[in-house]
Amino acid sequence: MDILAVQFLNSIFYASILFLIAAGLSLIYGVMRIVNLAHGAFYALGAYVTAWTIGHAVASVHFSILFLLLPVGAVAVAAVGALIEPLLLRPLYGRPEEYLLLVTFGLLLILEDAMHFLFGGMPLTAGAIMDSLGSFPVLGLRYPVYNVLVIAIGAVAAALLWAFVYRTRFGVMLRATSQDRRMASALGLDVRRVYVQAFALGCFIAGLGGAIVVPSQAAVLGMGIDALILAFVVVVIGGLGSLEGALIGALLVSFVRTAGIQFFPEIELAVLYLIAAAVLLVRPTGMFGKA
Amino acid sequence: MSLLRPTGDGLSVKRSLALAAPLAVLLAVIPQLVDAYMTQLLTYGLIFGIAALGFNLLLGYTGLLSFGHSAYFGLGAYTAAFMVKYLGVGSMELYILGGIAVTAVVTAAFGYVCVGYTRIFFGILTLALSQVLWTLAYKFFWVTGGTDGIRVAYGKMTLLAGLVDFTGPGSYQRFIGAYYYYTLVLFALCVVLMWVIVHSPFGKALQAIRDNETRARFLGIGVRKYRLIAFLISGLFAGLAGTLWVPLNGLVTPDIVYWPFSGEIVFMTVLGGFRTFSGPIIGAIVFNFLKTYAVASTAYWQAALGIVLVILVMALPAGIVGGLKQVAGAWRARGRGDGAP
Repeated sequence: MDILAVQFLNSIFYASILFLIAAGLSLIYGVMRIVNLAHGAFYALGAYVTAWTIGHAVASVHFSILFLLLPVGAVAVAAVGALIEPLLLRPLYGRPEEYLLLVTFGLLLILEDAMHFLFGGMPLTAGAIMDSLGSFPVLGLRYPVYNVLVIAIGAVAAALLWAFVYRTRFGVMLRATSQDRRMASALGLDVRRVYVQAFALGCFIAGLGGAIVVPSQAAVLGMGIDALILAFVVVVIGGLGSLEGALIGALLVSFVRTAGIQFFPEIELAVLYLIAAAVLLVRPTGMFGKA
Repeated sequence: MSLLRPTGDGLSVKRSLALAAPLAVLLAVIPQLVDAYMTQLLTYGLIFGIAALGFNLLLGYTGLLSFGHSAYFGLGAYTAAFMVKYLGVGSMELYILGGIAVTAVVTAAFGYVCVGYTRIFFGILTLALSQVLWTLAYKFFWVTGGTDGIRVAYGKMTLLAGLVDFTGPGSYQRFIGAYYYYTLVLFALCVVLMWVIVHSPFGKALQAIRDNETRARFLGIGVRKYRLIAFLISGLFAGLAGTLWVPLNGLVTPDIVYWPFSGEIVFMTVLGGFRTFSGPIIGAIVFNFLKTYAVASTAYWQAALGIVLVILVMALPAGIVGGLKQVAGAWRARGRGDGAP
């Protein structure tokens, strides 16, 4: 019973992170029709930047300041995204989608090595934050307070993102572009600007996922490639381009994974891919996707 | 310049042969001119060429971008490794037969599921299915050796039903030399086979499906069936390449089934030019040299390859062969223009 409670919390924790990655992937696909293979690398970059910043600041500043430094990774990744879109993606919009996919694959290779070059081959952590918060008792076991904070951040981010897309003027522009790019453009929307903003926003939330995961898990090389595949499973289950789908998909994947690690560790990942394949077969656009 | 273009006429057979014959002679004499290491690299290139050739039947001729061809390559490779580890088989021909049989069964099953979809859904579905195989290779370590993989020593293997073996002194050099020609013959067979396929009515039907699915359907082409057959052939080429790769590499690990390797196969094909018949072959050979030198000269070889890929997509989307054709075409047009009154 006590193990179950901790595993339940763990699942929600993973779901928060996974939702942030998958929501960015989904947003970028929904608005720009780009399947961004470099998205996992953005998540890893957010983790590295935050870990590096906190690692350098931890000796000199009070620990409450460290919390304010958490989003640094997300902001940095958003800036990188805002540079990449006009430089590398915009010239290819007239071409078949295979080329965009390939450019993001090239970008993935470049970013992986750029992180290796900038941050070295050793894992980086921001464990000081996690340690400063301690843990609390859960039915006789102890659970880190920080993980609960991550769950809270994930929930707030999901709510804000939803409000942003469905309740603001910018959200209307996003959705209009996503539904009919040419019509939106004809009605006077600056589609180019919407694309930059959407891409940077998608990068920001992926970076945020990395930034908030790094106090509890070290940033390591290759974390992006692993994360991308799980995020793919999430958006395939939930539906490419759907925020609700990303949320439901992230929860489903996290719970199946946690149960898998507990009960069927050998085929835990295979089960996830099979679920994704099964969903694609029954509903090619995912549970919440539209064609 | 249309000799290798898939829309060739009756003439193109002769012209293709005229171009292919000197290349075949060149490939046949190369090991006499270069050292064993170079020969080995070229063997890798030919093997990846077979995989890319098969991959391009889907991308270039059927219009389907598979992001899961690592699965079929890996099936061929792991089948051979299992035959060594669990059955003690030492004959290369048996590996190939076994690899083809296993790849055929799994590719048919995966293909049956995938060909109902196109565009990005096809890509993601092939990716997801290939990663099912990767997790199996990765997690069932007591069967597959996990990340340590399975060793396949060339010394215990024979070619041509036991006629050629590699024991005793100098065996490595003999292996590299013999294996190059072994691969070259299979490679040539694959090229001829693929050439016949894409120029056959079946190949033309695939191109019709690629260009306009609805029209192809109205013409009475069974789109789904044709795609499934193309998928199966494509997977079998990748599987054969995987089997051939094993003794040369000496080791099979789950990396060969992981999705970035599928990305490399796409990379090779686009590097050479997926709108041409010979593009994927050239791309595979060039990519293999490129990667080997990048790995040898810098720790950041991934970034180097990534930059090449980005520049390629930006500046040379038709690939090496496609780009050369454009240059040759422009040059010829200018020549004609000069000669006109």
